[in-house]
Amino acid sequence: MQKQDRTLLFDEKKIAGAIDKVAKAICSDFDKSELSEIAFLGIQLKGLPIARRIVDSIRKSSGLEIPLGKLDISMYRDDIGMRKTLPQIHETDIPFDINNRTIVLVDDVLHTGRTIRAALDAMTDYGRPAMIKLAVLVDRGMREFPIQADYVGLLHHVSGKDHVSVSWKELEGRDAVYLSQKK
Amino acid sequence: MTRWTKKDLLALYDLSAEEIQLILDTALEFKKVSERRVKKVPALRGKTVVNFFVEPSTRTRASFELAEQRLSADIVNMSASTSSLSKGETLLDTAKNIEALQVDLIVMRHSAAGAHKMLAKNLRCGVINAGDGAHEHPTQALLDMFTIIQKKGKLEGLKVAIVGDILHSRVARSNIWGLIKLGAKVTIGGPATLVPKEFRKIGVRVCDNLKDTIEDADVVNLLRIQHERQRESFFPSVNEYANIFGLNRETIKYLKPDALVMHPGPINRGVEVEASIADGPQSVILEQVTNGLAVRMAVLYLVAGCLEK
Amino acid sequence: MKTSYILKNGRVIDPSRGIDRKMDIGVREGKIVSPSKIKDADVIDLKGLVVAPGFIDMHVHLRQPGKTDSETVRTGTRAAAAGGFTKVVAMPNTSPPTDNPGTIELVKRIAKDEAVVKVLLCGCISKNQEGKEMTGIGSLKKAGVVALTDDGKCVQNHELMRHVLEYSKSFGLPILDHCEDEKLGSGGMMHEGTWSVLLGLRGIPAASEEIVVARDIILAEMIDWKIHFQHISTSGSVRMIKDARKRGVKVTAEVTPHHIALTDEEIKHFDTNYKMNPPLRSEEHRRSLIEGLKDGTITVIATDHAPHTETEKLVEFDYAPFGIVGLETAVPVCMTELYHKKHLTLSKLISKFTVGPAEILGLKTGLAEGSVADITIIDPSLKHKIDASSFFTKSRNTPFDGCEVRGKAMATIVAGNIVYSCIAGIPGIVAHR
Repeated sequence: MQKQDRTLLFDEKKIAGAIDKVAKAICSDFDKSELSEIAFLGIQLKGLPIARRIVDSIRKSSGLEIPLGKLDISMYRDDIGMRKTLPQIHETDIPFDINNRTIVLVDDVLHTGRTIRAALDAMTDYGRPAMIKLAVLVDRGMREFPIQADYVGLLHHVSGKDHVSVSWKELEGRDAVYLSQKK
Repeated sequence: MTRWTKKDLLALYDLSAEEIQLILDTALEFKKVSERRVKKVPALRGKTVVNFFVEPSTRTRASFELAEQRLSADIVNMSASTSSLSKGETLLDTAKNIEALQVDLIVMRHSAAGAHKMLAKNLRCGVINAGDGAHEHPTQALLDMFTIIQKKGKLEGLKVAIVGDILHSRVARSNIWGLIKLGAKVTIGGPATLVPKEFRKIGVRVCDNLKDTIEDADVVNLLRIQHERQRESFFPSVNEYANIFGLNRETIKYLKPDALVMHPGPINRGVEVEASIADGPQSVILEQVTNGLAVRMAVLYLVAGCLEK
Repeated sequence: MKTSYILKNGRVIDPSRGIDRKMDIGVREGKIVSPSKIKDADVIDLKGLVVAPGFIDMHVHLRQPGKTDSETVRTGTRAAAAGGFTKVVAMPNTSPPTDNPGTIELVKRIAKDEAVVKVLLCGCISKNQEGKEMTGIGSLKKAGVVALTDDGKCVQNHELMRHVLEYSKSFGLPILDHCEDEKLGSGGMMHEGTWSVLLGLRGIPAASEEIVVARDIILAEMIDWKIHFQHISTSGSVRMIKDARKRGVKVTAEVTPHHIALTDEEIKHFDTNYKMNPPLRSEEHRRSLIEGLKDGTITVIATDHAPHTETEKLVEFDYAPFGIVGLETAVPVCMTELYHKKHLTLSKLISKFTVGPAEILGLKTGLAEGSVADITIIDPSLKHKIDASSFFTKSRNTPFDGCEVRGKAMATIVAGNIVYSCIAGIPGIVAHR
């Protein structure tokens, strides 16, 4: 994807507001005792920064230290051998027992739903959570699986030809959501 | 960022340092899978792997088989005696027949060096080398390197000694290429008849006595010595080998106290290494076996991701 | 078929008489005659081409009888013609081997019907090439063999070799020896050196050849009889042969085009078309062989044309048979590697295919008037790409397929008959479809 072909959809400020909105919504859905039983799981690679920020935001408002894990779904993809090369496998690190917990699964963009399908499969191999919620920064529409998010920071439906991508300060040096044309 | 682009894994000689590192990095995550409650992922669901062991093997084959199962692949096992090779069919014909069953990957062990190269060139499906003659045994070297990194934190700059029958060892050759590419310093040692001086040309230190070979090593990899080499007049007796080139109570004094002791197995206890050392604190022999599973899962996963559609 | 014609405007190189100049040559009734003696003759214009005495390949496996799936006298001699050879010396390791007059008679009869170039035969040194008992050398001589060899195998018993040498001397038959110690490097697949070590393939040390070369020199000196060393491949062999020849020992040596052009490094891809015995050696050995050709230690280039079917070769490196085809690549490969790289003059190079083998086997060579019109016409500089699919040989086992080369045999004339020609307007008996 060439950089000049993309247009800015949301800037840093909008993203910060959206994350704040998601954090508040989660806090209002659960009382303090329930909140202390929740754990967050960010999907590698781009779901991790937003998961971390939501956790930080909840800590600031409630004082609670919410556990955060990393989940890589490469081994659970449904397109292995259908692409030229595989995406690199990143670390999976779940430093808590997911059995009987409420897990908030976090990703950057919700599109086809296939990544979330893979993530749900992966999680069941680690245990049996009491409940799974899904939080995303952007819902760009065009679902292929019957999966919906419980918490959506930014809603921006675009066509199948478009590509929505998120860049993070931690990874690319800047918080932004871009729109580009698929080649 | 390095991406895996090969449909086969034939030899570490063929790989770049980055590709080797990618396999080792990938193996790190697969190692965790084996430590989970559910030791299985669906990565190779719907893929068929044939384990074709023209030369007998127990541990490598078991390790590959388990790795394939943990990746959810479908598996067929074939050996020389259960294939048509025993009826005079050529290797290529046998392999083409296997491929015609819509197989995705062939994991092969063969007594002839380079046999995999011929198959890889003539087949669409992926080919993974599980040992070819005295040529290479890439997954063994990868698991050795993986184990060293796990224990020592790195490979670059480490001194690794390989002791024994280098001449006939595919394990030695793969280790030498892999270690050199990732920046380790390699010394080989053993009876002069079994330690080819020609390895000096690729930067390997060559010794003909145990003390020089292992005294400043961070890792010692002891190779299995085969009795038939005695009949071929490479060394006088197994006894003499054990006394002079084996790691025993006497010779372990040469070794640094924090040096790792490795062995690709199966061990001749009391020959290459004394039992107490094989079971001792410096030994990582069983960890090698555990890591073999993770490394083979990584290799299968990467290769399966590059198969032509 | 033309029976008399004049070869005009060619550069005639006849090393037997030290001739290298533009001149015309007449051919009438199979003999070379003065062009002035032919009236109303057809003229073949050979401007830019070299006219040489017929090339002799003294090391060829025609595989008949026994292995006719890989080659026959018919296909092998057509390949020879296409490669510029007017005479080939067939090795005796057929099945059954030519270790008795009966089998010799059989091959002679096949050759009479099928061959398009002259086929000379060798008898075995030992019965069934087992290295145990001497063959009926006197009867073989009567049957018409030109030399004795156990090629492919090597007599390990020094006493037998001594007796064979003494006995064959009485019949004037030279010994052609494939020098290989069977124990040193037994089970070897390639040259023992850096590449065999890196590839994990069992090596055949240079010493395996050199030990037998040394033995043969000692015996040749002791008996004062001729031993010709086949397909010499090591610098040690060249050194010993050079020294022996200096001392007047009756030894001669041949080298193959592939040992001149290729090294053991080629085997790194495990392509069985690089598997031959003696094996491709290292660069150092290769250079010594070229030196040997330059200083006259090695007087013969021979192909060791060894056809094998694709089925035989498309197997694991360990299981593939040794050998490659060479008749149709010898001239281009040698022109490219020896002439164009300025190691040998054209005249010297041609002598390795003519005078060299003729001297050893007691054959006539040369383009003097009155000689049999065995003539090889070459374009020394024609650029082309070797294409194995166009070969006349039945087999395709060559490492040179696709190689860009310079130099080519353009026509082959055997006893006045134009057997092969790729010169426009001049038809040959055998031609590319």
